[in-house]
Amino acid sequence: MRRFLQRHVSQVALSPSLALIAIFLYGFIAYTAAVSTTNSKAFPRFDNFVGLEQYWRLFHTPRWHVAFTNMFLFGGLFLLITILLGLLIAILIDQRIRAESFFRSIVMYPMAMSFVVTGIIWQWLLNPTLGIEVMVHQLGFTSFRLDWLTNPDTVIWALVVAAFWQGCGLVMALFLAGLRGIDEDIWKAAAVDGIPAWRVYVFIVIPMLAPVFLTVVVLLSLSIVRAFDLVVALTNGGPGVSSDLPSVFMFDMAFRRTNLGLSAASAVVMLGTVLAILIPYLYVETRERA
Amino acid sequence: MPAPTDATPRPARSGWLTPRRSKAMLKRAVLYLLLAVVAFFFAGPLYILLSTSFKTMPEIQAGGLMALPHEPTVQPWVTAWGEACIGITCGGLKGYFGNSMVMAIPAVLISVMIGAINGYALAKWPFPGARFVFAALVAGNFVPFQVVLAPVSVTLRTLGLFGSVEGLILIHVIYGIPITTMLFRNFFLSVPNDLIKAARIDGAGFFWIFFRIVLPLSPSVIVVALILQFTGIWNDFLFAVSFSNPSSAPMTVALNNLVNSNFGVKEYNVHMAATVIAAAPTLILYILLGRYFLRGMTAGAVKG
Repeated sequence: MRRFLQRHVSQVALSPSLALIAIFLYGFIAYTAAVSTTNSKAFPRFDNFVGLEQYWRLFHTPRWHVAFTNMFLFGGLFLLITILLGLLIAILIDQRIRAESFFRSIVMYPMAMSFVVTGIIWQWLLNPTLGIEVMVHQLGFTSFRLDWLTNPDTVIWALVVAAFWQGCGLVMALFLAGLRGIDEDIWKAAAVDGIPAWRVYVFIVIPMLAPVFLTVVVLLSLSIVRAFDLVVALTNGGPGVSSDLPSVFMFDMAFRRTNLGLSAASAVVMLGTVLAILIPYLYVETRERA
Repeated sequence: MPAPTDATPRPARSGWLTPRRSKAMLKRAVLYLLLAVVAFFFAGPLYILLSTSFKTMPEIQAGGLMALPHEPTVQPWVTAWGEACIGITCGGLKGYFGNSMVMAIPAVLISVMIGAINGYALAKWPFPGARFVFAALVAGNFVPFQVVLAPVSVTLRTLGLFGSVEGLILIHVIYGIPITTMLFRNFFLSVPNDLIKAARIDGAGFFWIFFRIVLPLSPSVIVVALILQFTGIWNDFLFAVSFSNPSSAPMTVALNNLVNSNFGVKEYNVHMAATVIAAAPTLILYILLGRYFLRGMTAGAVKG
């Protein structure tokens, strides 16, 4: 026994973690998938198999449609804006500026903040009677409207701006690291040939950052599917259900509406969305390494 | 003195403002202007948060979002810390701040310890199938936790830990395994194998090498892991709101309940003070250990 332990000490040290992950991750995913095929209400029950009916019901629930569409709407806008501006800010900071670490710290500190804190800060800034709107009115622009939090058509922008404020720092840092990793000789060669800087960026440097783009897109996409706290703190899904996301729908069904079967189906769809992002990414990654 | 224009260029030696130089200066000016806009966008909210937290309610209602407080008061902070009503109890945030600390500190220490041992085992004591074990553990980083909420809830109830700080510690430790394992395994790959081999020839065992050789070589990754886990656990809302009850709720839940409750008059200054208190621990870590902080965030973000 002692000799076995000594010879397999590495496996023995890993086995508690592996057991916990096997149960709490893989086992629980299977459990949720199983619950999604039942008609469970307040408590999980496995004696009322309904097949894929919960999935059928899910995609015929108007609120889920709003939430699922919002995920792509919010996600698309957030991805586009964060990548474009994150890259632009990284390029600005990479111009041998003074006080570089000062600017970097200012762009990055929000990532220390939780999404609850971020949501509350932006709820305050976007407050229609006391926030930015009133501030702009007092500057003399009285026709200025910033009613994102109360207008169902534009509330998604509140989520986008707040998520950008919190997440831009990481994206900027990743791009900046990418820019710093590029061979200085490219810039020297371009200067000798008299090529303007913007052309070097567009045609040479940015294409070289392709791996960083891939990483950033995957990271942000994962955070989009998971986004929960920000919505709860900033809009609580409102006005009405206009800023609902799948995670909020899932939580509501599980803990407030006691509809565990439907909730489980929505959670499985969320996991499926993540896999749809991840599997092509891992495929590209492993193919490149081989 | 008239400024030289493009039409009357001076020789570069006698005047410093040649067309080429003035164009370069204009570019620099535009650059710093853009950077100032960026800095304003990111720093402005924190400034407004802080200044609002020292204002009186009448001053807030008078407008002037960007103005410094006329008559600074610490009353909002006193109220937020010790008197504000959260749910049906009116004891401020201090109890919840304590809950968060009592939850985060052990959860961080235990999960970092487990991750270090796992990473060391995977990187330095490989065995057939080690790569598969690593992949199986690390895949947990990508799973949206919504998919485990219901079974975790059932499990915690069965164990009698639902609604307790201990239950939250357990959950954070378990779901911290993937990220800490990945972080340490990737770092330990860079520790020279010769060191381990030499120690093994001398008869040193698994844990002796871990505590005497590997850990002393890795203070930076330990700091990075501590920051990453502390930030993640302190800022967590999903597990907190799912598995705590009013007496064990961490800060994120209490803050959300305070600010987003529909009862009573909204005291925005108290809300802002409460928000600063909730953000303070991770913000202080960022200010003190910014470099490690960024490494933690990117390590947690970028695959190994």
